Amino acid sequence: MIDKVNQMTISELSEGLRTREFSAEELTRHSLQMIEQKEPELNAFITVTAERAIEDAKAADKRLATKAETNPLLGIPGALKDNVCTKGIRTTCASKTLENFVPPYSATVADRLADAGMVLLGKVNMDEFAMGQTSETSYFGATKNPRNTNRVPGGSSGGSAAAVAGDEAVFAIGSDTGGSILQPSAFCGVIGLRPSYGLVSRNGIVAFASSLDQAGPITRTVKDNALVLNAIAGHDPRDTTSLHVREPDYTVGITDGVKGLTFGLPTEFFGEGLAESIKDAVLDVAKKLESLGATIKEVSLPSLKFALPAYVLISSAEASSNLARFDGIHYGYRAEGAESLDDVYVKTRSEGFGAEVKRRLMLGTFALSSGYYDAYYKKAQQIRTLIGSEFKRVFASVSMLIAPVAPVTAWPLGQSITDPVQLYLNDIYTVPIGMAGLPALSLPVAKDEDGLPIGLQLIGNRFQERLLYRAGVSIEEVTR
Amino acid sequence: MSDYEAVIGLEVHIELHTKRKIFCFCEIKEDPAPNTQTCEVCTSMPGTLPVMNREVVEFAVKAGLAVGGTINHMSQMDRKNYFYPDLPKAYQISQNEHPIVSGGKVDIETEAGQKTIRLTRIHMEEDAGKLVHIEGEGTLVDCNRAGVPLIEIVSEPDIRSAEEAIAFLKKLRAIMVYTGITLARMQEGEMRCDVNLSVRKKGDKTLGTRTEMKNINSFAFVGKAIEGEFKRQVDVLEAGGTIIQETRRFDDKTGQSTSMRTKEDADDYRYFPDPDLVPIRLEDKEIEALKSEIPELPDARKARYIKDFDISAYDAERLTDERDMADYFEKAAKATTAPKTIANILISDMPNLQKDHPLPDPVKLAELADLQADGEINSSTAKKVLSALLETGVSPRQYVAEHDLLQINDEATLLPFVLEVLKERASVAEDYKAGKKKALQSLIGMVMQKTKGRANPVLIRTLLEDRLK
Repeated sequence: MIDKVNQMTISELSEGLRTREFSAEELTRHSLQMIEQKEPELNAFITVTAERAIEDAKAADKRLATKAETNPLLGIPGALKDNVCTKGIRTTCASKTLENFVPPYSATVADRLADAGMVLLGKVNMDEFAMGQTSETSYFGATKNPRNTNRVPGGSSGGSAAAVAGDEAVFAIGSDTGGSILQPSAFCGVIGLRPSYGLVSRNGIVAFASSLDQAGPITRTVKDNALVLNAIAGHDPRDTTSLHVREPDYTVGITDGVKGLTFGLPTEFFGEGLAESIKDAVLDVAKKLESLGATIKEVSLPSLKFALPAYVLISSAEASSNLARFDGIHYGYRAEGAESLDDVYVKTRSEGFGAEVKRRLMLGTFALSSGYYDAYYKKAQQIRTLIGSEFKRVFASVSMLIAPVAPVTAWPLGQSITDPVQLYLNDIYTVPIGMAGLPALSLPVAKDEDGLPIGLQLIGNRFQERLLYRAGVSIEEVTR
Repeated sequence: MSDYEAVIGLEVHIELHTKRKIFCFCEIKEDPAPNTQTCEVCTSMPGTLPVMNREVVEFAVKAGLAVGGTINHMSQMDRKNYFYPDLPKAYQISQNEHPIVSGGKVDIETEAGQKTIRLTRIHMEEDAGKLVHIEGEGTLVDCNRAGVPLIEIVSEPDIRSAEEAIAFLKKLRAIMVYTGITLARMQEGEMRCDVNLSVRKKGDKTLGTRTEMKNINSFAFVGKAIEGEFKRQVDVLEAGGTIIQETRRFDDKTGQSTSMRTKEDADDYRYFPDPDLVPIRLEDKEIEALKSEIPELPDARKARYIKDFDISAYDAERLTDERDMADYFEKAAKATTAPKTIANILISDMPNLQKDHPLPDPVKLAELADLQADGEINSSTAKKVLSALLETGVSPRQYVAEHDLLQINDEATLLPFVLEVLKERASVAEDYKAGKKKALQSLIGMVMQKTKGRANPVLIRTLLEDRLK
């Protein structure tokens, strides 16, 4: 039985735990074995918390023995992106700056999962401070794509997607600012949800761009995803941007099918630069949905062409302020041999941050500077408002949008790291979602000519996660 | 010098006396040991988020209402970005574009009469931590103050002198303390002030280049800083120089200010709305409710004192500076027929005498005022009795009786003393007769001495003058 757990869903695993087919400890030891076996090649983890995992599993087994607890995550081994603070466990953000930073508190997401009974396997790799598309900017080395280890896993939540795709973890938590859950999920062929802004608490998730960041689940199946969201969603008094809007259960109605739903195909997501194989795969799914009784409708969001530059300005500006605290004074890395206070700052930050982070911090600092604020930051915010209202208009006539996640599939390791602008352009289909605070579900629907996963995304109106899962389950069925 | 006038605007930081810090749940205590009044939020650990303390918003609204400002129904917290070791986030959460209060005014009373100082705005912000320099250890950071709530009150450049600036600060402090939102203890740094000052020729309409002096923490130093900077700027201009826009550091030991940094190397704070905090919305209903909690303020009291107790506007202003003093005055004034005398005692006599003693029972002070106002004791006896009252709390009437201090008001008792002095000091009397008017004062003093200070001085004068005609 334990040999088959790699193919099992959370519901099935939970059932297995409850019927004592296997214990949480056995399941956890299996995951740790998978990690031991695969890590030398994948490098999905920054820190494996093996001891903690066994402790968690033993505790879960005790709870399972009482039979009173029904939480489906009880005893399920998962992993957290290394920007989710964990009390007593180092949280590095894949940066030299925080190489030895051990938080004195845990993120709300981590606490909620622990309460649900998750077994923590460890902290997974990412682009440094979540800035990147490939997970190659990590101070702890690049993560490789389990579907093809010559390829990138995507980013920034590359470790989260790879840990799930590589069967190391049953699920993982990622974070998304401009596509950091959606794109690696597509590249690794797993299910990733970027929740609506305000659905999941940001408390304890080291900020990249506060107005865009959202944590979300990466899983093997759509229903698994809904089960993890059940554990983490909901208002948190420690994050005043989190709202009282959660659904009691995100799995309710997810098998209702797509009949009667209207899917919008946004013209702007199918333009120049999109690989033919991806375009065909997405349109093929649309056709299948139509045959299941859904309506497909072409829609347009003309302002989307401004989304990427506006996103780069806003996210970099917020990052320049959010990351200012890493100055070598209070915690984290401090450079040796500084001769003055300014020197401490300059040396620490020059040595502590990688090139991509520094590029964005400089860009963001410039965008907020006196004399440039109106032309850059303020203008970008106006564009953001415009994009939000265009989505709102579109959602008056469609249930959700159906679109590609990225214009290409996972590219070879080491290929893109030298051309940041080209790299940023790969985010064009995902940045508008964060800019409008919308939810999106990324799911694999086909393979390209190289056998690499092709991702499709469903973009919903705010807090319509349940509708996305419902369509997601149908797509899972027709693409299986 | 007299051709010039100073144009002064003040930025006043006042610590709000809330139970907890502005963005976390740390309780604010008196004198905590270093870094014991902290948590992951106010030490700005990665991943932490600020949560607005609603009590801070309410206090800021009350501050705005107390000075007649407009409470903005929507305001926003902004980030002010700069690096300094006492600022753990490397940005301060403050308000820039949308402060909680716009406008308002403070009426001040100076020797020259009443004047209105307009306010630009009031905004909320967090305090930074504190750097502690320890010999041998270097510089350490204490984050206890980080996240302590402040309001910054910004005045229009309506102030023209050190006297006006001090009157403004005293009045502003009084209003805020009355409102119950702050203790504003200057020695604790709970009220601090930045001075913006420029000079111009009297009658000029345009403003000169201004300088800013930061973080001055006493009324006296504000006065010194203004006088010094005014003189410095006038001297520069008179010598044909120009004023450079700069931030200056006032040294309270030397009373001088020195240049800290000029505009060219000034910080660019890169303000932008804090995405971690949602805009602050206030309904009229809520504002009205807060308004109803504001007690009678200094100006209202002042007007009442002038009307009810017939004291001068200047005295009434002094008496209402401190809420404790005003409360005390009222109690005493209501127990006497001579509130004016109470006012005089409190303003002129008490400050010199009352250093180490608490204020006496107001009813006993009223008794003393009655004795003095009714002419039962003279003013010098009154001072003696006041000292005794402060030291022992004795009843003034009893003390006067026991020490035989009643004023001698009848001619029959006093005349022998007068005649005695005239006899003993015939030469002085002659001087007076010869036109040396000052000599009379000396004779009065001698009579007073003989009566051990009990004589009615007016009566002595009359008697002496009669005899020396």
